[in-house]
Amino acid sequence: MGRVWKYGNDVNTDVIFPGKYTYKIMSDEEMASHALEDLDPNFAKEVKQGDVIVAGKNWGYGSSREQAVKCLKAAGIKAIIAESFARIYYRNCINLGLPAITLKREDIEKFDDGDEVDVDIEKGVIVNKSKGFEIHFPPFEGYVMDIIRAGGIIEYIRMQQGKE
Amino acid sequence: MGMTLTEKILARASEKKEVEPGEIVTVEPTWVMSHDNSAAILLKFKKTGMKKVWNPKKIVIILDHTVPAPTAEYANNHTSIREFVKEQGIENFWDINTGICHQVMAEKGYDLPSAVIVGADSHTTTPGAFGAFAAGIGRSEVAAIWATGKIWLRVPESYEIIVNGEMPKGVFAKDLALHIIGDVTASGAVYKAVEFKGETIRNMSIASRMVLTNMSAEMGAKNGIVEADKKTEEYLKNRARAPYKILHSDEDAEYEKKYEYDASDLVPKIAFPHTVDNVHDIDKAEGININQVFLGTCTNGRVEDLEVAARILKGKRINPDVRMLVFPASWEVWREADEKGILKTLAEAGAVIMNPGCGPCLGAHEGALADGEKCLSTANRNFKGRMGNPNAEIYLGSPATAAASALKGYISDPREVL
Ligand code: SF4
Repeated sequence: MGRVWKYGNDVNTDVIFPGKYTYKIMSDEEMASHALEDLDPNFAKEVKQGDVIVAGKNWGYGSSREQAVKCLKAAGIKAIIAESFARIYYRNCINLGLPAITLKREDIEKFDDGDEVDVDIEKGVIVNKSKGFEIHFPPFEGYVMDIIRAGGIIEYIRMQQGKE
Repeated sequence: MGMTLTEKILARASEKKEVEPGEIVTVEPTWVMSHDNSAAILLKFKKTGMKKVWNPKKIVIILDHTVPAPTAEYANNHTSIREFVKEQGIENFWDINTGICHQVMAEKGYDLPSAVIVGADSHTTTPGAFGAFAAGIGRSEVAAIWATGKIWLRVPESYEIIVNGEMPKGVFAKDLALHIIGDVTASGAVYKAVEFKGETIRNMSIASRMVLTNMSAEMGAKNGIVEADKKTEEYLKNRARAPYKILHSDEDAEYEKKYEYDASDLVPKIAFPHTVDNVHDIDKAEGININQVFLGTCTNGRVEDLEVAARILKGKRINPDVRMLVFPASWEVWREADEKGILKTLAEAGAVIMNPGCGPCLGAHEGALADGEKCLSTANRNFKGRMGNPNAEIYLGSPATAAASALKGYISDPREVL
């Protein structure tokens, strides 16, 4: 269970994780403390484990910096649900083990900031408890599901290697 | 429901009957390519803790970006790659005496119809000219493939770009590519598969088709693709490194967007600084003084490109205020151009013939521009600072426009000298 943090279209990687920090090596907590700093100063202070982001089109366009995914994961975000994702951001999400879910605009519009939701990654269901509805999405399969379960592609490779 | 060519290839590679846009599939690539950046990739690979790559036969490494090494640091990188290649038994390794990766992939028979090719370079869209699915990926992803042999791909939506009509004299694939990019814009096809069709494309040489798929990256496309045909098979004779299958898109395939062009309307085009989609007809650029002409790159460094330049410059001298640098795309191109007397003609006209490789394209070495200088380049990118100096300007055009401009000393219409 977590709450929805609702944002609009075209949120770029600079406001997700400010460029001025990208060349500083940071711990996960430190990264989390700067997440969405320039878009929503309350986010980093109030976000809790299991919360989700719901956004419009083209979430995460701009640079290929992985920190823009890592900072949200470190902040406790369980999934990002958007109408569409920038290509590299989407790849980074999966490869870092943060589920990126695409929904149609009509479905995105059903969510409001602060809604209580439950996302079941395995089954492909989002339950909105505040509004009392369910939305299904095609669950990840095979290799991608393995990467998400492992928490990222590097972790997945390490686990595979342990098996050999 | 019908499938596009890209969908068919991804369905086949993921052993599915059908795939649709948005679906994620996992495939074992036919080849995974990297270049000088293999030095960074192998460090990432080592971090995974794996000792051996999944399959050394599927890894292709081509040194081309900074060859021969301009500094000790680059030389050390090259050496670390050579050592890794030996240690892992990677046979598909091409050292500094081969050429630009995207050209070498074609010449050495890796670019095959319906192959899935991924590479750590944004212009890995090039093999699409052979009817392959080919896309650029990140370095970490290459390291992950070296480790696991797998990559996941989101099936892209397809655009169809239909070109009919005969190309007028003095107008080439580069002009068509620039025209399309100017129209679609630099972000107009982000993540899409762009499929080039129509009689103009069918009549084009393989080298010219490669210009289109190479430049697909400049509209943001995931991949660019042309259906393979007789010409493709002809080219692949004695080259193909693996069996291949020619696939076609279905009649009822669904395309998200359709663009149609009449080639007979085209004129030579120029992309003005600093974006590739800042495209204008040649007359708007005519007369802009230039200091350097750069003929080469994975976009336009093939024999037909050097040949047209030689045709324009035969028996003439380039303008004394212009430096013309010629970088054949590979040593195979170099040798053929040499045998045909093309290199001699260009040298006699005053051009400097350089070694095959990326050369000044990415601004890492050779042929740097001074502050305030302007360059007419046949490359695919004109971003600020791309050739190493943010205070210089890069104009993009066809090899014919490059030669005509070298002759005059300013950007000129090649139709007047051809
Ligand atoms: S020639 Fe230029 S665009 Fe082509 S691979 Fe080399 S650096 Fe990249």
